[in-house]
Amino acid sequence: MLAKRIIACLDIKDGRTVKGINFLELRDAGDPVELGKLYSEQGIDELVFLDITATHEKRKTLSALARSVAKNINIPFTIGGGVSSLEDAQILLESGADKISINSAAVKNPEIIDQLALEFGSQFVVLAVDGRLVNESWEVYIAGGRIATGIKMFDWVRQAQERGAGEILFTSMNHDGVKNGFAIDATRRISESLSIPVIASGGAGNKEHFAEVFTNGKADAGLAASIFHYKEIEIHDLKSYLSKLGIPIRL
Amino acid sequence: MKQTIAVIDYNAGNVQSVMFALEKFEIDAILTDDHKIISTADKVLFPGVGEASTTMKFLKDRGLDTLIPSLQQPVLGICLGLQLLCTHSEENDTTCLGILPVQVKRFIPHNGLKVPHMGWNQIHLTENHWISNELKNQYVYFVHSYYAELNEYAIGITDYGIKFASIIQKDNFYATQFHLEKSGPIGLKILESFLNLKH
Repeated sequence: MLAKRIIACLDIKDGRTVKGINFLELRDAGDPVELGKLYSEQGIDELVFLDITATHEKRKTLSALARSVAKNINIPFTIGGGVSSLEDAQILLESGADKISINSAAVKNPEIIDQLALEFGSQFVVLAVDGRLVNESWEVYIAGGRIATGIKMFDWVRQAQERGAGEILFTSMNHDGVKNGFAIDATRRISESLSIPVIASGGAGNKEHFAEVFTNGKADAGLAASIFHYKEIEIHDLKSYLSKLGIPIRL
Repeated sequence: MKQTIAVIDYNAGNVQSVMFALEKFEIDAILTDDHKIISTADKVLFPGVGEASTTMKFLKDRGLDTLIPSLQQPVLGICLGLQLLCTHSEENDTTCLGILPVQVKRFIPHNGLKVPHMGWNQIHLTENHWISNELKNQYVYFVHSYYAELNEYAIGITDYGIKFASIIQKDNFYATQFHLEKSGPIGLKILESFLNLKH
């Protein structure tokens, strides 16, 4: 049976992890490859590297990162953050990335989804969407959640699937950072209305939250960052907890 | 002497990860479409991510469609590589290499079944195979929308709504639907089993 996936997200700036990650067992917790490797050994199913660098050197550091991750860690990983052209995607594919995620660039130019899927296959294209519930309606935000687009989220993810996206990474801005649980209803609605896998992101604070997003939320994968970085949840504990509940998990 | 592994170069996506996985072993790996290097290598890897008909055309343009079936050493197809070793794929109605008498079909989304089949799933091994029994029921990483039907050469079976052949072996041709280069330590063990095969 296909296992539900647990994904760790690492924010990267200038090739280094950001946020004050405190790992005593690592020589250099700022090294994304070393941290990713540790997570991989602890049983994480997948990694997402989200680049927030805003310089013109970005493309070079990102492809170097992809190369280094692919060389040192043999589980699947996604690279996202500012991927906006076929050239960006091509370089990351050749460097060894399994998937790329696109967000703002796809909202501004939805046809890039078609082009990426045609060129590299749907399995390579993750559509990341930042949604916010405003007046009982889920709306798409871009530019790291700073700009409201007025686009209805459920329409947008359906369009993305039709254009060839292979997976949806849904982050609820209402839940992100609050550690009060994932956006269960919205995740379920996306999952049930689409035929591609859905990753839920934003709000994980404890093990029960993951159980809920996999059962009631019908998510295919659950993503978190700080709770792993600060060891509020140990990956192995989380996975054995979920497995004991009868949720299919790779142990 | 180190053995030589030829990795067939056909413009496939993400062949880099396969090359990185091979670096972990004491072998010489060469990414190539050169017939002489491929036919004289100790073993051949036929990896791949891509679309069936485009890839078959690419193989034909380079004469690899006649070379691959003639190979005598152990050959390992991975993902699309497995599907192209079969007779026919529903992906754009493609005639494949015909080494394995197996049909490749598309997963139909139903009852909440997502396509592509993406993520970690189990391999159920049959008896008498080249993969260690300790890997029975282990999880490996899949990404695919098409699958090989169950057949008499299937030595690994995976369940995703329907049961399909996830590991196949016929004579010197070996194949895995999952990405052993992305399947953590389990994937590397399977790769090692292949590299340890005596020819």
